[in-house]
Amino acid sequence: MSHVSIRVDGIKKQYRIGETRAAFRYGSLRDSIADAVAAPFKRQREAARYIWALDGVDLQVSTGEVVGLIGRNGAGKSTLLKVLTRITRPTAGTAELYGRVGSLLEVGTGFHPELTGRENIFLNGAILGMRRTDILRKFDDIVDFSGVSEFIDTPVRHYSSGMYVRLAFAVAAHLEPEILLVDEVLAVGDAAFQRQCLGKMEDVSRSGRTVVFVSHNMPAITRLCSRAVLLSAGKIADDGPADSIVARYLASELGSATERTWSEADSPGNDDLRLRRVSVVDETGKVLESVDVRKPLGIRIEFDILARKHRFVPGITLTSDQGQLIFTAFDTNRMWRDPQPPGRYVSTAWIPGQLLNEGTVSVSVALGTFSPGGKTVRQAHANDAVAFQVVDPGEGDTARGDFPGIWTAPVRPLLNWSITQS
Amino acid sequence: MIEPTVRIRPARGWEAIDFRELWEFRELVVFLSWRDVKVRYKRAALGIAWAVLQPLMSMIIFTVIFGRVAGLPSEGLPYPLFTFAGIVPWQLFSASVSSASNSLVGSAQLLSKVYFPRLIIPLASVGATVVDFAVGLLMLAALMAWYQHAPTAAVFFLPLFVLLALIIAVGIGLWTSALTVRYRDVQYVLPFAMQVLLLASPVAYSADVVPQGAMRVVYAVNPLVGLIQGFRWTLLGTEPPGSTIIVSIAAALILFVSGLMVFRRMEATFADVV
Repeated sequence: MSHVSIRVDGIKKQYRIGETRAAFRYGSLRDSIADAVAAPFKRQREAARYIWALDGVDLQVSTGEVVGLIGRNGAGKSTLLKVLTRITRPTAGTAELYGRVGSLLEVGTGFHPELTGRENIFLNGAILGMRRTDILRKFDDIVDFSGVSEFIDTPVRHYSSGMYVRLAFAVAAHLEPEILLVDEVLAVGDAAFQRQCLGKMEDVSRSGRTVVFVSHNMPAITRLCSRAVLLSAGKIADDGPADSIVARYLASELGSATERTWSEADSPGNDDLRLRRVSVVDETGKVLESVDVRKPLGIRIEFDILARKHRFVPGITLTSDQGQLIFTAFDTNRMWRDPQPPGRYVSTAWIPGQLLNEGTVSVSVALGTFSPGGKTVRQAHANDAVAFQVVDPGEGDTARGDFPGIWTAPVRPLLNWSITQS
Repeated sequence: MIEPTVRIRPARGWEAIDFRELWEFRELVVFLSWRDVKVRYKRAALGIAWAVLQPLMSMIIFTVIFGRVAGLPSEGLPYPLFTFAGIVPWQLFSASVSSASNSLVGSAQLLSKVYFPRLIIPLASVGATVVDFAVGLLMLAALMAWYQHAPTAAVFFLPLFVLLALIIAVGIGLWTSALTVRYRDVQYVLPFAMQVLLLASPVAYSADVVPQGAMRVVYAVNPLVGLIQGFRWTLLGTEPPGSTIIVSIAAALILFVSGLMVFRRMEATFADVV
């Protein structure tokens, strides 16, 4: 009989939203001063708006279990992890953890660019809860794993972003807690490094430790986890063996796969037009699992025209995991100026490489008719039909250059920079 | 039934401080202090010279303005030596408070990504200022040698006054760091408050200018009064602080304990609002 490692009882977490008040507003100095003076009093007056990021979560994890937390952006996965790691306190409910807890919500937390690789190993290790003696003991392993031994006494600001991430992950990989809580951290680094990370995660999960792992990477979830828990709107929507939960999730409206197929019966549309399949493909037409930020990708829309009736255009809308609109585009081919005969059509939108930012991109598709009033009538549409992960391999040849930090903004185009010197 | 290692509950107002946990994380305080010191001196072109220049410039300015121009009495000591013995603890205090108050906001990334007792952050920032303080003490020793002023046996009490300085600095630092997370305005008020406090402390003048009796007691509520008098007594052999020290120690302890309590109460929401 296995012991309980994590017990969560009715955890709720409420957040206040809309506190970006002054952050994005340009005002006069007088406004700023007035704001500054009024700030301590203003907060109470502001109409408070609250959301429940977690709305009553009950969960038990046994010792040695490897659990994947899945769900859409905003479903509460990361909030649950933040509560379990004690970064934030719940609004209601309790949780108990039995065993030494290690957490990894971000690679390289506390890394300082001015310090050398060696110094950062000690600093980061201490932040993650390792003792100095533990770090000393594992130091050589960490350096080996990272593969940056030549530069270990160089300040990390001279590192490429790939080296930086490798060193940071190497430290975290050598934590030896009884309970490991991991957020999406594998979406960094090149393919070889990602394999190395997954391998290390597999070792950890086989060693009898309890792991809770948040990821959008479904293949990684099914590979690493025995059990998956699906969160939706702050509640547990599904819980069971990883394979079947992931399969159900991907097939459902909640899924965020790179491929979505509809049967004739449940395909979105009307009597004249039907969406049948949407997929994210590379130049050869192969369905992608994740997208290299440097390479072009296609959003492939397959649909049936059942009756030659409407003028319409296929279109796509991309949104980021922060909910920002990235762009909207529609097929500008001349053939769509006229109604087309019945049949299966495939329209693929090619998005150039070096344009999108890293992160999860969600794609909505529609077959829409422009109406005279400047509006669009959607004949068939699927919101968030597919989603894909954009990954920067960290080789310094993207718009990121060697900058390792967080890059906001929905797009990150690689521009041509010309230099003149006088 | 086994006891859980970690028990997570909603925040409930005033809570006790988990000193055992704090002790477990003692190495982190050292690492973070060490990082602050290292980064500060790596970035600055003059490096460690700043730790020497700052108190030296203050001493020169005070000597010219308060010693020469205003002709303030200095308890029979050479004025530069007299004021320097006040500047050293004052700078420990002011540097600690200003770095502690910005410490949480400056560590927002850390606070939202990893758990450790939040107290570690302001404590580490105070720890980092101790290096400058040590430099200041060495300079004071050099100055005493220059003026051929030997310390008395009272010098053995010095560690107690260093401790008092740290208690005051941490106490105020906890208040300001926690408040800054909620109200960024604290950052603007603080430099002004420090200026007022400098004038309200016997750094450039002798506490003797404040008449004994009720006035002196009120004056000593500023814990820096007892602190600086104590420093001068232990190092330069001036009059011992007398009853003012009791008032100052009491004020320091109240600041420290209330600072801990307020910090503890507010820390539950740091990661959400920082």
